[in-house]
Amino acid sequence: MKQAILYLEDGTSFVGQSLATAGDSAGEAVFNTSMTGYQEILTDPSYAGQIVVMTYPLIGNYGVNLDDVESSGVHVKGFVVKEFCRHHSNFRSTQSLIDYLNDNNILAIEGIDTRALTRLLREKGAMKAIISTEDFDPKSLQKKLDALPAMEGSDWVKEVTTKEKYVWPKAEGDPSSQFRVAAIDCGIKFNILRILTNLGCEVHVFPASASAEDLLAIEPDGLFISNGPGDPAAVDYVVETIGQCVGKLPIFGICLGHQLTGLALGGSTFKLKFGHHGANHPVKDMLDNRIGITSQNHGFCVDVDSFKGGNVEIVDVNLNDQTVEGIRHKDKDVLTFQHHPEAAPGPHDAQYLFKYFIEMMEKNTAHA
Amino acid sequence: MPKRTDIKKILLIGAGPIVIGQGCEFDYSGTQACKALKEEGFEVVLVNSNPATIMTDPEFADHTYIEPLTPEFVEYIIEKEKPDAILPTLGGQTALNIALKLFENKILERHNVVMLGADYDVIKKAEDRELFKKAVLKCELDVPKCAFAYTVDEAVEAIKDIGFPAIVRPSFTLGGTGGGIAYNMDELKSIAARGIESSIINEVCIDESIIGWKEYEMEVMRDNKDNVVIVCAIENLDPMGVHTGDSITVAPAQTLTDREYQNMRNASLAIIREIGVETGGSNIQFAINPKDGRMIVIEMNPRVSRSSALASKATGFPIAKFAAKLAVGYSLDEIQNDITKETPASFEPTIDYCVVKLPRFTFEKFPEAKDILGIQMKSVGETMAIGRTFKEALQKGLRGLEIGHIGFDNKLDFKEVADEKVELRLREPNASRIFYIKYALQKGWSLDKIFKLTLIDPWFLYQMKQIFDLENEIVAEIASTGNISDELLRKAKEYGFGDGQLAQLMNISEIQMRTLRKERGIEVVFKSVDTCAAEFEAYTPYYYSTYEQENEATILRKGEKRDKKKVIILGGGPNRIGQGIEFDYCCCHASFALKEKGYEAIMVNSNPETVSTDYDISDRLYFEPLTFEDVMNIIDIEQPHGVIVQFGGQTPLNLAARLNEAGVPIIGTSVESIELAENREMFSKLIQDLGLRQPANGSANTVEETVAIAKRIGYPVLARPSYVLGGRAMKIVYDEKQLLDFIEEAKDVSGDKPILIDRFVDDAIEIDIDAISDGEDTFVAGIMEHIENAGIHSGDSASVLPPPTVSETIIENIKDITCRIAQSLKVIGLMNIQFAVKGNKIYILEVNPRASRTSPFVSKATGVPLAKIAAKIMLGDKLKSFNLSYEYLSGHKHFAVKESVLPFSKFSGVDIVLGPEMKSTGEVMGIASGFGEAYAKSQLSAGQNLFKKGRIFLSVKDEDKRSVVSIAKRLAELGFNLVSTPGTAKVIQSNGIAVEVVQPYDQGAQKLPTLMTLIKEDQIALIINTPSGHDEASQYDMRSIRAAAILHNVPCITTIQGAWAAANGMEARKQKEFTVQSIQDYYRNNLMNGQMAATAT
Repeated sequence: MKQAILYLEDGTSFVGQSLATAGDSAGEAVFNTSMTGYQEILTDPSYAGQIVVMTYPLIGNYGVNLDDVESSGVHVKGFVVKEFCRHHSNFRSTQSLIDYLNDNNILAIEGIDTRALTRLLREKGAMKAIISTEDFDPKSLQKKLDALPAMEGSDWVKEVTTKEKYVWPKAEGDPSSQFRVAAIDCGIKFNILRILTNLGCEVHVFPASASAEDLLAIEPDGLFISNGPGDPAAVDYVVETIGQCVGKLPIFGICLGHQLTGLALGGSTFKLKFGHHGANHPVKDMLDNRIGITSQNHGFCVDVDSFKGGNVEIVDVNLNDQTVEGIRHKDKDVLTFQHHPEAAPGPHDAQYLFKYFIEMMEKNTAHA
Repeated sequence: MPKRTDIKKILLIGAGPIVIGQGCEFDYSGTQACKALKEEGFEVVLVNSNPATIMTDPEFADHTYIEPLTPEFVEYIIEKEKPDAILPTLGGQTALNIALKLFENKILERHNVVMLGADYDVIKKAEDRELFKKAVLKCELDVPKCAFAYTVDEAVEAIKDIGFPAIVRPSFTLGGTGGGIAYNMDELKSIAARGIESSIINEVCIDESIIGWKEYEMEVMRDNKDNVVIVCAIENLDPMGVHTGDSITVAPAQTLTDREYQNMRNASLAIIREIGVETGGSNIQFAINPKDGRMIVIEMNPRVSRSSALASKATGFPIAKFAAKLAVGYSLDEIQNDITKETPASFEPTIDYCVVKLPRFTFEKFPEAKDILGIQMKSVGETMAIGRTFKEALQKGLRGLEIGHIGFDNKLDFKEVADEKVELRLREPNASRIFYIKYALQKGWSLDKIFKLTLIDPWFLYQMKQIFDLENEIVAEIASTGNISDELLRKAKEYGFGDGQLAQLMNISEIQMRTLRKERGIEVVFKSVDTCAAEFEAYTPYYYSTYEQENEATILRKGEKRDKKKVIILGGGPNRIGQGIEFDYCCCHASFALKEKGYEAIMVNSNPETVSTDYDISDRLYFEPLTFEDVMNIIDIEQPHGVIVQFGGQTPLNLAARLNEAGVPIIGTSVESIELAENREMFSKLIQDLGLRQPANGSANTVEETVAIAKRIGYPVLARPSYVLGGRAMKIVYDEKQLLDFIEEAKDVSGDKPILIDRFVDDAIEIDIDAISDGEDTFVAGIMEHIENAGIHSGDSASVLPPPTVSETIIENIKDITCRIAQSLKVIGLMNIQFAVKGNKIYILEVNPRASRTSPFVSKATGVPLAKIAAKIMLGDKLKSFNLSYEYLSGHKHFAVKESVLPFSKFSGVDIVLGPEMKSTGEVMGIASGFGEAYAKSQLSAGQNLFKKGRIFLSVKDEDKRSVVSIAKRLAELGFNLVSTPGTAKVIQSNGIAVEVVQPYDQGAQKLPTLMTLIKEDQIALIINTPSGHDEASQYDMRSIRAAAILHNVPCITTIQGAWAAANGMEARKQKEFTVQSIQDYYRNNLMNGQMAATAT
C-alpha cells in the first residue's frame, strides 16, 4: 500500500492509501450514496470522467462477479472509499474488488474521511479532483486540475459509445422478439438492454454518432436514447438526431437520453450543484400516481421552466428537490425519465415504466 | 391523503411489563405514537400495565389507564372511554393478541371501534403460520418445508417428511417461548409437547432446519397509498438457529450484492402487500443459503418490533412515529423527515457507518440454566454501537455491554482454555461465543476451521481476524521498541480499540494511555446520524464517535445556537436484570427538567431500545458506550456545566468517582456522599452517630475475615459483594459451608471489592421509601410496604403504597429517619432507603442516594414526578418551591401495588423461588380504591390469573403452618376445594377445614392422587407453596411441581404473605366488579379531597 493524495480544486486535500495502480488521475469528484452495487457503479459508463466517492464506508464486501457488470469495462476516473474489504464473501463472487480494480488499472484511494469529503462536495458542489500516488505538491496538483476541462461543456459520450453497431443477444428465458428497437448508445447500461430484450425487443445498439437515416434504416418500432456521461448540451449531434426522429416513431429515453430529448424538444438543461447519485431518491410518477424509490445518477438536469407554454409536460418529479424526473410530449410518442428504471444498482420500483415504451410501440404498430 | 377526520379518539395499547422478548423498545414506540397522535389533535386513550414507562406519564396521553392488559379490562376501558379506533400495532405481541381477542369476541364491533394499522385478517394472515406460508407462496417466494401439529403424534408423523434437525415453534407466542430445535425423536416429542401447551391455539409449527444459513431482517413501511419503503436491512452475524434477539446483528446488510439485496427488497414489498398491512411498519425475516443464494422467507411481524426500534436508532428514521401518522391517514410523502426537514419520509435511509447490536444476557442470575442459545430468546437487553467500520462498531459494542470485556479483548488466557472447550463453544451457539472466536484465533486456528464450527459468515470472521492481527502487530511493536508508534496507535483507535484495551497491551494504566494518546494528538471526532449519508443538511444533533478527520459536534448546525448551559445525563446502557427501563425513565425526566429550566440537555446512552435514545428527547444525543473513555471524550468536547450520574442506575454511578477525580463537575449528591452510603464501615458509623439501628454487619476483604465476621454476627447472614445492583450474587447463608461457597462464587462478580455481611432480620416487614432532598429539606414521596417479608430482593417482591399494615408511629419514625439521613448525607436529588420493621424496631438495610427502581412507580402511584423534581433540585431549585407534602400523599383514596414479572418460563431447569438475588425483568402496577382489588389487578397484569376455576393446592414450610390456616379458611369460604400435602393438610384439617390429601407425585404403592396429575389435567387453579430456604434436600421435592406449574400456566405463589394478599384479591373480586379509572382521574380526585396540589411540573 502506498500513500496517496486526493486533491480538490478548492485546495482541500485528503491523504489515504492507494491500491496497486500508481500515477495521477483527475476527474470530477461526485459522491454516491448507494450502500450496495459498487460493481454496477464502477462499470456504469455514465461515470466516465468522474472520480466516485462511496459514502458507505465498507466497500468490496461481496467481491465482484461476472454478471453484475453494466458495460464491458470500468469507467470511473478514480474510486474513493473509507475501507476496502480484504476478504470478501459471497457465493457468486469470482474475484476480490481490489484485484478487479488493479486489473482495470483504476486509481483507488482508501482511508479517507469520506463523510467529510461528502459534506464538502455537498456544500461546495461537485468539483474537479485529482488522485495521485506520486505528486503531493498542491501547486502542481492545482495546475493539473486547471488544465482539466470542466464537466460543463464536455462531450464524454464519444469516449464511451460503441464503435460498431450491434444487436444485444438474447438470454435464456427471453421471449421471442415482437419489436425492433434502435438504441442510441451514449453509454448504455447492460441492464437496460437485458430488460428491453426480456420484454420482447430486439435491440440494435448504435454508436451515438449514428444519423437518423442510419437508425430508421433498420425500420425500428421504437427509438431508445440511453444514459451516459457528461454535459448533454455538448452532445448536440445526438440532440439533432432525436429531433429528426420525433413524431416518426415512439421515443423512450433514460437519464442523459432524457436530457438530450429535453433539448431536442426545445428545453434547456443546467448543472446541479452536486447531482443525484444514489439508490434512495423518491420520485412521484404522475402517469400512475405512485411514488417509487429510484436509482439516480446525474449531474445535469432538464430545466422545468424551459418548456413553459410548449408541448412538453412533466410526468415525474423528484420529491427531495422537486426537479424534473420525467417528461412527455403532449401529442407525440415521446417519454423520457431522468432516473434509472433499469436500476442496477438500486430498487426496482420504477422498472414498470418500460411498459410505456412497449405500449407506445404496440399502439404504433397497431396503427401502422 | 391527509389526516382522517372520521375518528377523534384513539385507544393505544401498550406492551405491558418488560419480559424477555418484549423490552422497553415498546415504550419507545408507544411514546412516539402518543406524541405523534396528540400532535395531530387526536384524543389519546392509553392502556399499559407497566408504570415504569414514559408513555404512561400523565402528559403523554389524555387518559392513561394503568390496568391489566387483558381483553376484559381493555373492554372496561372501551366501555368507559368510547374510542373511535384502536391502534394495536405499537405495543408488541401483547397488544396484537389483545386486539385479536377483542375482535373475535365482537367487542370492537359492539362498541363501534375500528382497528388502525392492521386489521384482524391482516394480523391473522401474518401471524398464523399456515396462512402466512400460503401468502408467501402466492408471491412466488420460497418457504422452508413445514407442517403443523396439534398433538405430539401429529408431530411425529410430520417429521417423516421434514427430517432432523427440525425447528419446533408454537404459534402466537412472544420471544419464541416454548420452541426449540429437535435433533432426534425424543427431543421432538418433548419440545412439541411444551410448544403445544404454550401456544394460545395449541399449535406448533415444525420447520425444515435451515440452521447455519445467513439471516436477514427487513424493516418495511407501507402507507394507505401503497407506497412502500425499506427503512433498514439488518444482517445477523449469528446465522440461522439463534433467535434474532440473541444474535449479534449488523446494519446495513454487509454481504449481499445489489442483486440479492434488491431481490430481498422486492420480496419484502410483495409480502407486505400480499399480507395487506394497510399502514405502518413491519419486519420480515429471511434466510439465505450461503452456498447457492436460495432465499427463504421465515416470518413477519405486522407491527413495530424490537428490530424496528433498532432500525430507527440505526438510521434516524422514526418508524413508530411515522407508523402512528400513517395509521391516521397520512401518506409517506406527506410526512417530513425530521432530520433533513426538506425531504419527505417517502425515501429509504442510507447510512455511512456500520451499526452493531449486541445482546446482553444474564445467565449468571440463573446458574442452573445453560447459556446455550437457540430459537427461544434469552437475552434481557442490548447495546448498539456505531462506528465507521464494522471493527470499530464491534469493539465499541463489546465494551458498551458492560460484561467485563473491554473490546475484542483477552479476558481469559487462551492457553488456559482447552481446545476441546473452544471447539464446543464455537459449535454450540452461546452467550460468549464471540470471545471464543478470539481464543481460536489466538490458538492459530484457520478462518476456515472457525467457519466450519460456527457457520458465521467468513466476512465477519475476517473482520475479527483483522482486529486480532492488529493487536499482534501492536504487541510486537511494543516488544521491539518499547512503545507504540503514532501510526499504529491511530490505526488501533480506528479499529475501535479502547484506551483501556491498549493500556493492557502496553502494561500501563488507562489514564496513562489516555494521556499518551492525547499527547500524540489522536483525538476522537463525532459524526452525525442523518438518514442520508450527508447528502442533505441534518438538523438533528445525533452523534457517534470515531477516529477520523472532521468533527461535526463542534460545527454549529443551520439555525443552531448553543448559548445555554449544558448538562450531560449519563444513561444506563444495556438493560439487565436490576437495571432497566426504570432508570431510562428517570434519565428522560432529567432531560425534561433541564429543558424546562433552560439548560441544554445532552444525553449519553448506548441502549437502542430506550426512549432516552430517541433524538427527540434531548437537545443533543450521543449514542456511545457508557465507559470512562467514551464519556470523557464527550465531556472534553462539550465542557458541560454539570453531569448527572444518579439517574442511570449503577452504570454511571460506577463512573462517578473516576469522573470526579478527572475534575468533571458532578451535580446533585456528591460523589463522596454516594461512596459514604456504599462504604459499610463509614455508613455504619453514620448510622450509629445518628442513633439509628442497623442489622449487625461487617465488611471483609479476605476469606478469614468473612468467616470471622459471620461467626460474630451469628447465622443466618446476608452476604453480598459491594458495588453491585440487583442483588447480584447476594445470598442468605445459614452456615459456614454455605458462606465459603458464596465467597467462591462472589469472586467473579466483585473482583477486589469487599464482601458485605449482614445479620439477616427474619420475619420482618420490609419497607422501601423514595425521597427527594435539597440538602436541607427532604420530601418522602412514597412509602412502600413489601408484601413478602425481608429476605426477598426488593426488586422481586410486590409492594404496596400507601403501606396498609404499618402504624402511623412507624411511618412518622421512618419519615423522621429519612430526613435525618438525607441531611447528614447532604443528599441533593433522589434517595431510596430500605427498612426492615420488626415489631417497633426499625432497621436500616440500605441507603441509596440516587434514583431507585421504584421512582417511576411512586411517580405513577402519586402523580408526583420525582425524577423531574429531583433534577430541578440538582440544578439549584429548593424543595420548598414545589409545595409538596406527605399529607397530599396520605390523602390518597387509592392503593397502588407493584408486582414483579419473572422470566422463569424462558429458562428451563430454573426454580421459581425468590430470594435476595433479583431475578425479575419487569414490573406492573395495579391501582384501585381497595388493596385487594389493586393487588388482584397487579397479579392479572403480571400474568398470574388468580381467578381460574379449580382446586387450590397448599403446601407450606413449618414456619408458615400457623398462618396457612387462616388463608385456607378464607379460600374455603370463597368456595374453593383445597388439596394439600399430608403435613400441611394435617394442620388445616385440625382446624376444621376440609382438605383433600395428595402426594406431590407418584410415590409407588400409594393410592393418593398426585398433584402432578391434577396439574396436567388442569384441575388446579392455584398453587401456594412456600419452600423452606435452608434445607436444600427438602426443597427438591417441590421443584418439579413448580416447574410443572409454569409449564401449565398455573399461578404459583411461593410466600405466605403473597398467599395472604392473593386471598384479599380474590375476596375483593367477589365483593364487587372491578372497575377502571385513568390515572389523571385518580390524581384529580386526590386534589378534590382538599389536599394541596403538587405544583410539581
